[in-house]
Amino acid sequence: MSEWKHEIERRLEDLELEPARKADIIDELTQHLNDRYAELLASGATEHTARLAALAELGESGLLRHELREAGESPKHEPIVWGAGNSAGNVLGDLRQDLSYGLRMLLKQPLFTGVAVLALALGIGGNTAIFSLVNAILLRQLPFRQPEQLVWVSARRAEPGKFQFTLPDFLDFRDQNQGLAGISAFANWSANLTDRGDPERLHGLRISANVFQLLGVEAAAGRTLLPADDTPGLQRVVVLSHGLWQRRFGADPLLVGKTLTLNGDSYTVVGVLPQQFSFPIREAELAIPLAPDADPWRGVRTSVNFLRALARVKPGVTREQAEGDLTAVAQRLRQQFPAANAQKLGVTLSPLHEEVVSNFRLVLWVLLGAVGVVLLITCVNLANLALARATARQREMAIRTALGATRWRLVRQLATESLLLAGLGGAAGLLLASYGIDLLLALSPAALPRAAEVGVDMRVLGFTLALSLLSGVIFGLAPAWQATRVNLNDELKQSGRGAGGARQSRARGLLVVSEIAISLVLLVGAGLLVRSFARLQSVDPGFDAGNVLAIRLSLPKAQYPDRQAATSFYDKLRPRLESLPGVETVGVVSALPLSGVSASIPFTIDGRAAAPDEALRADYRLVSSGYFRALRIPLLAGREFNEHDTAQAGSVVVISQNLAQRYWPNGNPVGAHLRIDDNDQGPRLVEIVGVVGDVRHIGLDGEPFPHIYLHMHQTHEDAVVWLTSNQYWLLRTAVDPLTLSTEARREIQAVDRAVPASSIRTMEQYLAASVAVQRFNLWLLTVFAGAALVLAGTGLYGVISHGVAQRGREIGIRMALGAQARDVSKLVIGQGMKLTLGGVALGLATALGLTRLMGALLFGVSATDPLTFLSTALLLTFVALLACWIPARRALKIDPMVALRED
Amino acid sequence: MANIHSRILDRELKKGSAELLILSLVEARPRHGYDISKLIETRSDGALSFHVASLYPLLYRLEKRGWIAGRWVEKAGQRRRRYYKLTKDGRKMLATQRSTWQSFVAAINQITGLDNV
Repeated sequence: MSEWKHEIERRLEDLELEPARKADIIDELTQHLNDRYAELLASGATEHTARLAALAELGESGLLRHELREAGESPKHEPIVWGAGNSAGNVLGDLRQDLSYGLRMLLKQPLFTGVAVLALALGIGGNTAIFSLVNAILLRQLPFRQPEQLVWVSARRAEPGKFQFTLPDFLDFRDQNQGLAGISAFANWSANLTDRGDPERLHGLRISANVFQLLGVEAAAGRTLLPADDTPGLQRVVVLSHGLWQRRFGADPLLVGKTLTLNGDSYTVVGVLPQQFSFPIREAELAIPLAPDADPWRGVRTSVNFLRALARVKPGVTREQAEGDLTAVAQRLRQQFPAANAQKLGVTLSPLHEEVVSNFRLVLWVLLGAVGVVLLITCVNLANLALARATARQREMAIRTALGATRWRLVRQLATESLLLAGLGGAAGLLLASYGIDLLLALSPAALPRAAEVGVDMRVLGFTLALSLLSGVIFGLAPAWQATRVNLNDELKQSGRGAGGARQSRARGLLVVSEIAISLVLLVGAGLLVRSFARLQSVDPGFDAGNVLAIRLSLPKAQYPDRQAATSFYDKLRPRLESLPGVETVGVVSALPLSGVSASIPFTIDGRAAAPDEALRADYRLVSSGYFRALRIPLLAGREFNEHDTAQAGSVVVISQNLAQRYWPNGNPVGAHLRIDDNDQGPRLVEIVGVVGDVRHIGLDGEPFPHIYLHMHQTHEDAVVWLTSNQYWLLRTAVDPLTLSTEARREIQAVDRAVPASSIRTMEQYLAASVAVQRFNLWLLTVFAGAALVLAGTGLYGVISHGVAQRGREIGIRMALGAQARDVSKLVIGQGMKLTLGGVALGLATALGLTRLMGALLFGVSATDPLTFLSTALLLTFVALLACWIPARRALKIDPMVALRED
Repeated sequence: MANIHSRILDRELKKGSAELLILSLVEARPRHGYDISKLIETRSDGALSFHVASLYPLLYRLEKRGWIAGRWVEKAGQRRRRYYKLTKDGRKMLATQRSTWQSFVAAINQITGLDNV
């Protein structure tokens, strides 16, 4: 009955069913109603009743529709039509579409995708690696309890600098301060380990035994030092660094509780420190209690300032208040001991974190900025690449717009592709960064603090994620916007070549100008560092480092208690070393230049009244007679030390040129006398017998200090420990110095098996280590600048060659009309040079503003050094010229006939 | 109110059991929709009946789930009809639903004490 059919059709109206499916349903239901109607008629119902009863089977009017929908017959899906503008109702669905479509688009262009992901991975990986250094060293707090309360304590004097304390000073500060929750002092303490394997020289600390409680550090095994360990007369105890425990003792879990022989005494190992912990002096590997009350200098006000200190400020007390309080103590001491404490004006407290990282703060930020700039240039290049693609995709966009896509919808699609790319790059970058961090740490100078803490944590991950997103936005948004500014008519009529050519190339030109500018800034920065480093390398250290082997020895106090013993060791070893084939001269010094070890003493000039406020001070070194010859430090006046300068002869000194010039500006100091304060009995009279050249002992970038050299055989008995605890033997050789190290070691062992040679290096290695930080900066910044240069060149090349490809027809016409090769080259290269010069001008201006920030990293070069600015600009222009020359050559090969026949 | 409640309950109960009823009816042999609806009505002595508007959507739903399969069959002298037969999955489902229903009824009976009446 057709009536059923119409009724059912009406009830299905709102359902969006496929026509075939709809027909089936109508058919089936109609059949059912037919059967019912026939049955009712057969049972004797009237036609009218039967008709009504059959219709009633369909139920209420909306029921069928409802039930079918429930049964999933009318899915809410919309047909997949790219470009369909959607309401806000289906964001997730759109995102899924965008992602899967984006992925397909990227896979369709494996070369573009591969290059982009690789470039991003390098950029993001580099940034992540550098940021992980910044994070661990600068941003993360020190791994101690309430680290913000921890301060570095140093003495303040009239001259700038941070000064150390004597033991009595420290004890007074410890006992009289009001503002500190605790204070700990420490000093270098090196030990000869003579049991459990070969003898070895270990660097360590004597440190207040409360220091671990003060910092809040727990032992990894056993216990740390406890305040009670400072009590005199107790068993000798030592704690080891994690590194020493692993390196020397194979992480032996049973070591705690056993004894070690250090400097001939037996020490019980009470604990191993955690892996992350590093001592305030980086190379230190073990620590013993300071035990101040057992120290012979306990009551000697005039004793050496050998202690450094750190402290915890009381809660509720500011650093300034605590500093004022300690300065008040210092001033009381100054009144009480006017002679000994005259120079000690006060106390400075600086945040411990600042103290640990300050040397690296600027350089790390500069490096992060530089590597960030490299990523920025990468993004600009990718934006350019994407713009070129966008031109090719304009037809696709036009079709989708014609099908009803909104512009926002298209932008979102393109942005999704960019973010997908950036996400892939970021993930790969993170992987690269984990290798990059290892590489960075391997290359980093030994002085880099907190290296053990460097790694990838949540903050680094967040940084990488944010950076990836940002990269995606930077290189994706502009092209997306560009690509969707579509003129439908033009596009659909065209056959694939972009129509928005002029606008596009303007956008791409701007991007190239900016990347040239940015890379020039980086090049200038790197150029300044190169010049600085060259200047630094050309500084005369005052000695000749070539072919010198330096061996660090230390004589155990028990066997070498006095000058006599120390001298006899020298007398035995020197002839043995001198007789080694290849050795020319042997010299000894108590503190090697550039080794970081130094000592200074007060002195006066005999016969001259010192001004009341004038305290003369000079660096002080004990040397053997061959020292100046071994290092080729030139003798300028008088004589060197010789074998007649014995303990019994009158004490003589050699002074440095700057000391001579300062106090004898017009005369000859040879023959004059000094009173040097190098012992506990008071100043002693010495005669100046010679003047030698200045030596830069601290570093190449520092001014040389005035120096007093004393013959080691005339060392005062009070100061003999300076000679025995540290002596460097210098061998000037006619052969490669390192080839002699085994024989030299054998000779030392032959004289005394208990004396270990703790380090055998060449002077050139010391010299290289002294500029390791600068070398690290230079190396990284140069790599980044090189990358920027290549990227900028590639970017320019891309734009110019794209332009040539697009203008092929125009160039063809010009050539057909008689343009010469020269004209075509001029056209192409001229276009590139216009962009380059714009970028160079912008870059130079920016660099002028920015390089001032890195002034502290420079040496002997101004931050606006014209030579650097000029040469880097020329270098960049040359690379740009090269980048334009290749497409220009290609333009010349265009066949006018082929170009004209296109389209 | 009570009336509305009992109507809703009635509908839900019916829905819950309808799948089981249909699967049982096509177990032995394929049947068409009208056949199924007549069988439900007569075997329940008129206590249960389904509107066209409920029965067919339910059949479609079961078909979608793969428990029954429908096929148009044309017999001589008749209009074509759509026959539904139980699939392999449907057979498994039927066994599950049967045992669930049995435990359900047993549980209800135990609680309400109907067993002891």
